[in-house]
Amino acid sequence: MSVTATGVTDAVPVSVSGRSFREGFSMFRNAKSVTGLAILGVFTLLAIFGPFIAPYDPDAIDLLHRNEAPTFAHLLGTTHMGQDILSQIIVGTRGVMVVGFLCGIFATLIAVLVGVTAGYVSGARSEALSALTNVFLVIPGLPLIIIVASQFQDPNVVLIAGVLAITGWAWGARVLRAQTMSLRNRDFIQAARVNGEPLLRIIAVEMLPNLLAVIASSFVGTVTAAILAQTTLAFVGVTPISNWNWGTILFWAQSNNAFPDKWWWYLPAGLCIALVGVALALVNFGIDEYVNPRLRSAGLRARALRKRGITPSHGATAVADTRD
Amino acid sequence: MTTLEFRNVSKKYRIRGSRELLALDDVSFTLESGRTIALVGQSGSGKSTIAKIITRLESATTGSVLLDGEPIPSRGRALRAYRQQVRMVFQDPFASLNPYHTIRHHLERPLRLHHVVAPGEVDAEVLRLLDRVRLSADLVERRPHELSGGQRQRVAIARALASRPGLLIADEPVSMLDVSIRLGVLNLLAELQRESNLGVLYITHDLATARHFSDEIMVLNSGVVVERGPSDDVILNPQHAYTRQLRDASPNPDVLFSTPKGGSRS
Amino acid sequence: MRFFTRRAAFYLFTAWAAITINFFLPRMLKGDPITAYLARNQGKVSPEAIDSLRVLFGLDNPKPVWQQYFDYWGLLLRGDLGVSLSKGLAPVSDVIAGALPWTLGLVGVATIISFIIGTAVGTIIGWRRGSRAEAIVPIATFLSTVPYFWLGLIVISVFSTTLHWFPASHAYGKGVVPSFSPEFIGDVLYHSALPAFTIVLTSLGGWILGMRNMMVTVLDEDYVTVAQAKGLSPFRVMYGYAARNAVLPQLSSFALSLGFIVGGTLIMEMIFSYPGLGLRLFEATLAKDYPLMQGMFLVITLSVLVANILADVVYAIMDPRSRQEATS
Repeated sequence: MSVTATGVTDAVPVSVSGRSFREGFSMFRNAKSVTGLAILGVFTLLAIFGPFIAPYDPDAIDLLHRNEAPTFAHLLGTTHMGQDILSQIIVGTRGVMVVGFLCGIFATLIAVLVGVTAGYVSGARSEALSALTNVFLVIPGLPLIIIVASQFQDPNVVLIAGVLAITGWAWGARVLRAQTMSLRNRDFIQAARVNGEPLLRIIAVEMLPNLLAVIASSFVGTVTAAILAQTTLAFVGVTPISNWNWGTILFWAQSNNAFPDKWWWYLPAGLCIALVGVALALVNFGIDEYVNPRLRSAGLRARALRKRGITPSHGATAVADTRD
Repeated sequence: MTTLEFRNVSKKYRIRGSRELLALDDVSFTLESGRTIALVGQSGSGKSTIAKIITRLESATTGSVLLDGEPIPSRGRALRAYRQQVRMVFQDPFASLNPYHTIRHHLERPLRLHHVVAPGEVDAEVLRLLDRVRLSADLVERRPHELSGGQRQRVAIARALASRPGLLIADEPVSMLDVSIRLGVLNLLAELQRESNLGVLYITHDLATARHFSDEIMVLNSGVVVERGPSDDVILNPQHAYTRQLRDASPNPDVLFSTPKGGSRS
Repeated sequence: MRFFTRRAAFYLFTAWAAITINFFLPRMLKGDPITAYLARNQGKVSPEAIDSLRVLFGLDNPKPVWQQYFDYWGLLLRGDLGVSLSKGLAPVSDVIAGALPWTLGLVGVATIISFIIGTAVGTIIGWRRGSRAEAIVPIATFLSTVPYFWLGLIVISVFSTTLHWFPASHAYGKGVVPSFSPEFIGDVLYHSALPAFTIVLTSLGGWILGMRNMMVTVLDEDYVTVAQAKGLSPFRVMYGYAARNAVLPQLSSFALSLGFIVGGTLIMEMIFSYPGLGLRLFEATLAKDYPLMQGMFLVITLSVLVANILADVVYAIMDPRSRQEATS
């Protein structure tokens, strides 16, 4: 660095050409996220086009082909009434995905509203919102959902998503409150206030972009929980069995003694739920690694060291032998 | 000519519900255009509290703060006008810029908020601001993490000057920069102050730069102004024991102790 | 001390909120099966029972709401939760008292086992970054997303129906009389093997991943490097320095996840016909036995609250920082 009479030329770090809006989504760029998103993409397509590409009507009864193991005609076999299980799975995708993502959207909206506000205001108002969040957090969700859902005769997807959202928003709100509180005291927010930025702009333009990772992670987590809760409700029989979703398939499987022999009936549905869950978890990992770069490099560093013949004995601090 | 007056300001913080911390005790001073006042004190002396009260991030418990004779406004258009006149440069260049936004965004906001230029002129003005702080125009699309500490602090200065204020509060502007570039940034500040006839409150814990840069020095200890006066007087002939302590603790003999009396530190 | 009073105040508030929600819930839901039931079974229900039902559910209650609320609290403090419509008019509190120990035993033991194993495995994986132990991570991920009821059914089919190693349902054999004898306890353990195993499997994944992430973050901290430089044995550094700090957020999320754990256990009980709260709730839902449903919800919520308090106490003991006031 040199000091000149008129000014200073500082050493300029490696310059990267300006990115823009896309940079907000760089958290999705690593391999884990991409894999997860790809799997979700497949299921989304199924959800949209399901009823059109399913080979059979899921309700169609065919008494000539009951309880059949997978064949070419029925790739996943049939139920005790001869219904094609593959079609049930494909058509059932829509119910699962719609409720899952709707619930995710509702719950995340509430969480952002309550959490960010609670984090930004201070004193009694913040404590009150925090207490509200904690109440919803502590009250166990599943029993409440069961009781409430059993009140309705034929809940549609929006209603189910809504009930699930009401029991599920609290976790995200709590995390967002903590993040917002730590952001609020950061200098650049103070600088925005000194600038004279109106409150709404501070929250929307200055704070929210920095909260994106947390919001995304919370959304993904909520969707996972919603899908699990919804399929559980369907399995237990609390939500009506007229709409097809993967939980309903398992409900029928269990009622008709599919366990353990008729593996084609119960395995695919459970595996699909797990697969969607894994995809969502992968996306979450991707976000985690973006937010916490230590996770990213942890394994890479150790592997690189091993390649050079140094065994990082405890994985904590690799100490190189200087006698090399 | 803009004047900011602190009149018998005290600030109490309430901690742990019952205990009180007296951060400022009956502090008075006047900041006017064209003059630089240095506010010197160690951590916890209350320097940052004064900055926060001036920028309305906190408010005084007792006493008054007046801009051109009027109490500083608390809301509305008057507050907006106040914020246009009184600006701040923060201490930590790594924290005072929003990591998500470009440099352009940081410089545009005050221009737009205070209608400094017509909307069509904003882009040109941004480039002009960058030039004033000796930064090249191609930094405009970068994000803070792509800039060095010194560059970031210059952006912060540009942001503060964007609204064409009358008064500037510089809260330890070079404390977190590499020693070798501090002088450059301070010289820039001095030059900008002369050009725009700003009144600058230079907050620092470093006596040496305080003398170099300002007309008047105020020494703050635990919320109380223990000594004040023209810079040379305070440095060369400190009256108060605390000021003498500060001077003696300073590791920079060349700038300060050029007096014949005793030569080096006594 | 202030810390504890704040937490105590919060928990009291939550308890009050839960009880109040419980009060309003049946009044907000449509349909009134209680009245229908009473109409069908007149003469079989004692006047006192009708009275308490009336207070609990607000049937044809001419008193103003706040008065009903007041009476409701009176009932609760006396331990009267109404009578169960589906269990032969037995008092709800009796039904719950009979089921609660089973659930506590199953949840408590299974969760603690899962937490210990998961945390230990997560510690080791985090410690040995980049090694082959990392292969556990995808497995743990998969386990954490598998629907627990599905896994339960598979576990039954494999270990019970096919291999006949363990019984598939109930807490003890038919015809066995409950007592504190070793045989009975052995029988109970035998029957709880599969449900506990399923619960442990499904929750293991979450603990492993959480602990691993925390370990990786903590291991980068300077105090771990210092500990190593001091010459402490690797085990001591891992256990005494790294894990000790990494486990704190785990404990915190443990307390918060109790609500979810309870939900999962309920489903387990439904599948394994384990006579805990879950099974009773399921039966109550099917039978539209509102007094029982309402009583169970209350008891479950209060239990989760108590568990949260215990977890908070443990956390406060282990982390001196949390005892200080958080200044925001």
